[in-house]
Amino acid sequence: MPLIKYNNQSLSSITTLPASIPTGKLKLISSQTASNSASISFTSGLNSTYKVYKFVFSNIHSRTDAVDFTFNLSTDSGSNYNVTKTTTFFRAYQNEAGTDTALEYGTTRDLAQSTAFQIIADTMGSDSDQSGSGSLLLFNPSSTTYVKHFISTFQNYQGDNYSIQTYVAGYGNTTSAVNAVRFQMASGNFDGTIYLYAIDNS
Amino acid sequence: MPLKFANNQSLTGTTALPSAVPTDNLILISTQTASNSATISFTTGLDSTYDTYEFKFINIHARTANAEFSFNISTDAGSNYNVTKTSSAFRAYHREDGTGGVLEYNTVSDLAQSTGFQLFGEQGLGSDADKCLNGELLLFNPSSTTYVKHYILKSNDLGNFDYSVVSYVGGYANTTSACNAIQFKMSTGNFDGIIKMYGVKKS
Repeated sequence: MPLIKYNNQSLSSITTLPASIPTGKLKLISSQTASNSASISFTSGLNSTYKVYKFVFSNIHSRTDAVDFTFNLSTDSGSNYNVTKTTTFFRAYQNEAGTDTALEYGTTRDLAQSTAFQIIADTMGSDSDQSGSGSLLLFNPSSTTYVKHFISTFQNYQGDNYSIQTYVAGYGNTTSAVNAVRFQMASGNFDGTIYLYAIDNS
Repeated sequence: MPLKFANNQSLTGTTALPSAVPTDNLILISTQTASNSATISFTTGLDSTYDTYEFKFINIHARTANAEFSFNISTDAGSNYNVTKTSSAFRAYHREDGTGGVLEYNTVSDLAQSTGFQLFGEQGLGSDADKCLNGELLLFNPSSTTYVKHYILKSNDLGNFDYSVVSYVGGYANTTSACNAIQFKMSTGNFDGIIKMYGVKKS
């Protein structure tokens, strides 16, 4: 075994640590930045290594006003994004004038055994300062036994100057392994960064 | 430089690891403990290092019954906590005697272009010795000079009238100035508890 020598009080040439050394639970797998992009797809990194994956959305900005931000799943490494899903959708909102508030179920935004893209942020604004941020948890995508559950939370500056919280949950109704995820606007392009993290199993 | 020796299979004197070594991506930036305190402010650490910041609230205990926990944001390093905000809020609650069981929009805790403190969503924290609030606040891209600053807040508390109350608040600080400080306080009176600020690594 070669000797490891100290380098300015850091340890050089070490790329892994013994399993007994704690390194934390949240692992960054990859990130992608959209810049006037039609879609962002994560086609690697979703596998049996981890049981829980977390996507974090940072300042998703729609280039087209009042358009929904959506996602879909793939079981063929991104050749098709068309997994059957059943979901619920609810939201709370208020406009900047303070004249319109609601907590409501979104009957037109949930899915019932549909292969369509799932809305996770609705009618996003395209003004220069408008954006949305949030997260999506995806559970055990590599399972070949169970369906694939997901839970999304999103906070959005909506096109008509509303603050909207959106909560979406559901499952990809497949026992095939899910190995890719795509994010896109319902129409037009978008900006922003999406991080893919994993929650360590151990 | 002195030689370092392994000590009981640990390495002494090491202050950094090579970047190739995997480490946690949830980084504890600072912790503050309130002890009958009027406010807790984080005036350092909110910058462009991270895109997402997480605050964890552990056993926040009001010293005055029916107070509400709240926060506000600063763009001048804590000289003023008065950023304009628009938000929505909802909550569910259930009383220990089995009554309640309500899910509702919370008109008291939302803001419409207001510089006031953002309430956590409960209109009556309990001050009994065992009552407290726990939860988390996500603050996205506070240093952006392009976009507004979104936040998502969720908490659960044991209220003054023996309710379990779960509260959700989402909103944005309607400014394109960088936000660089945040303050937490009760609507009235002092409080105890621990607040931890984390950054989520982006590389």
